[in-house]
Amino acid sequence: MIAEWTGKIANFALTLLIVTAYGLFMTAFIERIIAKVQGRIGIPYWQPVINILKNFFKRTAVSHGYMFYLGPVFRIAGGIGTLAFIPVIYGSETFSNFSMAGDLFLVIYFMFFGQLGMALGAGESGHPYSAIGIARGLSQMTAYEVPFALAVISIVIQYDTLSITEIVAAQQGGWQNWTVFTNWVATLAAMLAFLGMTGYSPFDIFLAPQEIPIGPPTEFHSAYLSFMSLNRALFGATKLVLFMNLFFGGATGLIELMIKTWLIYMVAIVVGVAFPRFRVDQAIRFFFKIPTLIGIMSIVYAQMMLTS
Amino acid sequence: MIKSLSTEDTLENSGLSAEEQQLFCNARPKAYEPYPIKAVEDFANWARANSLWILAFGTGCGAIELRPLMTARFDANRFGVAGRPTPRQSSVFVIGGYASVKTLKRIIRSYEQMQGPKFVICLGICPVNGGMYFDSYNTINQFDLYLPVDLYITGCMPRPEVLVAGIMELQKKIKQGRCDGANRYVENFDWYKANQKKVIKNWDMPDYNW
Amino acid sequence: MNELTNRLKVDFDASEITERKPGLTTLKVAKDKAETLIRELRDREGFTHLNFMTCIDYIEDGIFTLVYMLHNYEQKQTLGIHVDIGRDGEEMVSIHHLWAQAWTYQRELREAYGIRFPGSPRLDEDFVLEGWDQIPPMRREFDTQKFSEERFGHREGRQSEVPRDHMKVTLYPNRGGDEQ
Repeated sequence: MIAEWTGKIANFALTLLIVTAYGLFMTAFIERIIAKVQGRIGIPYWQPVINILKNFFKRTAVSHGYMFYLGPVFRIAGGIGTLAFIPVIYGSETFSNFSMAGDLFLVIYFMFFGQLGMALGAGESGHPYSAIGIARGLSQMTAYEVPFALAVISIVIQYDTLSITEIVAAQQGGWQNWTVFTNWVATLAAMLAFLGMTGYSPFDIFLAPQEIPIGPPTEFHSAYLSFMSLNRALFGATKLVLFMNLFFGGATGLIELMIKTWLIYMVAIVVGVAFPRFRVDQAIRFFFKIPTLIGIMSIVYAQMMLTS
Repeated sequence: MIKSLSTEDTLENSGLSAEEQQLFCNARPKAYEPYPIKAVEDFANWARANSLWILAFGTGCGAIELRPLMTARFDANRFGVAGRPTPRQSSVFVIGGYASVKTLKRIIRSYEQMQGPKFVICLGICPVNGGMYFDSYNTINQFDLYLPVDLYITGCMPRPEVLVAGIMELQKKIKQGRCDGANRYVENFDWYKANQKKVIKNWDMPDYNW
Repeated sequence: MNELTNRLKVDFDASEITERKPGLTTLKVAKDKAETLIRELRDREGFTHLNFMTCIDYIEDGIFTLVYMLHNYEQKQTLGIHVDIGRDGEEMVSIHHLWAQAWTYQRELREAYGIRFPGSPRLDEDFVLEGWDQIPPMRREFDTQKFSEERFGHREGRQSEVPRDHMKVTLYPNRGGDEQ
């Protein structure tokens, strides 16, 4: 029993390391692609790692109370927790993590958890821009969670299970079995929600890096910030893995995982490079209109066409 | 690792009202020594040099030279330079040309809120000796009286190429471990404060706001 | 424009009407008639825009000349109204009720020259010179260079050239005399 759990935890640590490294690398890679679109060279591939190291090596660190410490901790706990219950590679003992019967619900809760912890921490810092960023971020999150939740309900109806492993298993056996082809309505709703989730333009008003003071992390610095950027990479990659599992047939090897997640990420990047930013009220209105409608349609679709 | 260099323990904060004095900290700043293992310190310096985040605070006419740095033509992102709108996260303060007394007050507040190690680049001739504002009634003449400066880039105005060259020079200095302006500020804290208070007559902020 | 200036000459005793260049005319009125004149120009003659408002220090004559620069968008005409007031603590009628932005100019003039505009909002707040403890710096009796050296110091090794002399030597050595 103990040996089994130790093995599982060791495996999870390995997964965590790989996913984080992959997330960091992909952040830089995407930055470079955006730079190329803008006619620049862009950052070196190892720049995100250097940034994290530099922040970690900052000498002074100011605290604003216990909750301020806990903000980044909650944040990274949310990231690790989300990853812990997602089977990263189908059929692999090493990368199946703590996947179990009802893990889809748990994952959706964990995705929210990090944001809420962050809201508490940033609120503790007492900076008005933090509060504004939190208000914007949470309202936008509420908006994009609706189509995403509807899409998830749709595929739960379709596959009649709450286990991610089983959802992936149902999609094996060729590309025509992927959710994106069997239940394209739900995939469309979820991909629209995904644009909001990644926080790229047009839905990056809550961060708006470098134009307006940067939102929730305004007061976070030094090691706190390095934890948060670490989580940003980890959480970004985790979300990609989740989307790949739910809608794109999962992956049976690391290479397949990388190609698929990269392509999914490119959806957000292509949209982000091409479109300007929404204001937060526009973003909310956008999500509550067409994506929500598509989400409702996907449930009807799943109920009528896919279950018989 | 932390050592207090001053004999006194607290600051007066005499510019604040009794009510406000309770809101601000009155501890003196502390100097930080390098990591005991030289390899660690060198590695840290390498990381610091390759990730310079500039505080997005345009303090004078030279601020206009900072904007093109991010554009396709100069692309300072290549060197790990990025703009950062909050002093907490930034490590480089570029003084863009002249600093009036009113701006100097804000510069000092922002500088003290930055987390060490922090570096100051003076852009243009005005922070060196006043430049064309040498006889102005509200522009300071020597910036290094008020804050420690790590690098000067002279000219009126220096073009962004020169700024990029200056940033690379700063990276070299940081890698050699010679940029310790924040510690100099702490060691000569009273001298700097006296100079600052000599020009800023309505000192209504804490003596050291971290 | 001539028609207008002639009428202003009769109605408001406007003097020194000068056309500086096409589209820019200046005139001088007495202090007590200035506000009525400006109001008339704004409401009846279409000078709806206050370009700026400033002050010139004629220390030799002992006067400040306030300049109100108004613009007429329809005729594309700019009209400068000069008003002389005494240098020593004399007050001027505020025009912040005509253009709301005027109080910023008046606040700046109070700070830079020490002219008071009774009734103007936030007149005594600091504008750019926070904690100023000298005479207003734009008055010509204020020696800025002396003040700057005393307060801000002087970097050793810095030398200044008079631009005109310097350029004559370095840039135009063959030009000969001073083209004045």
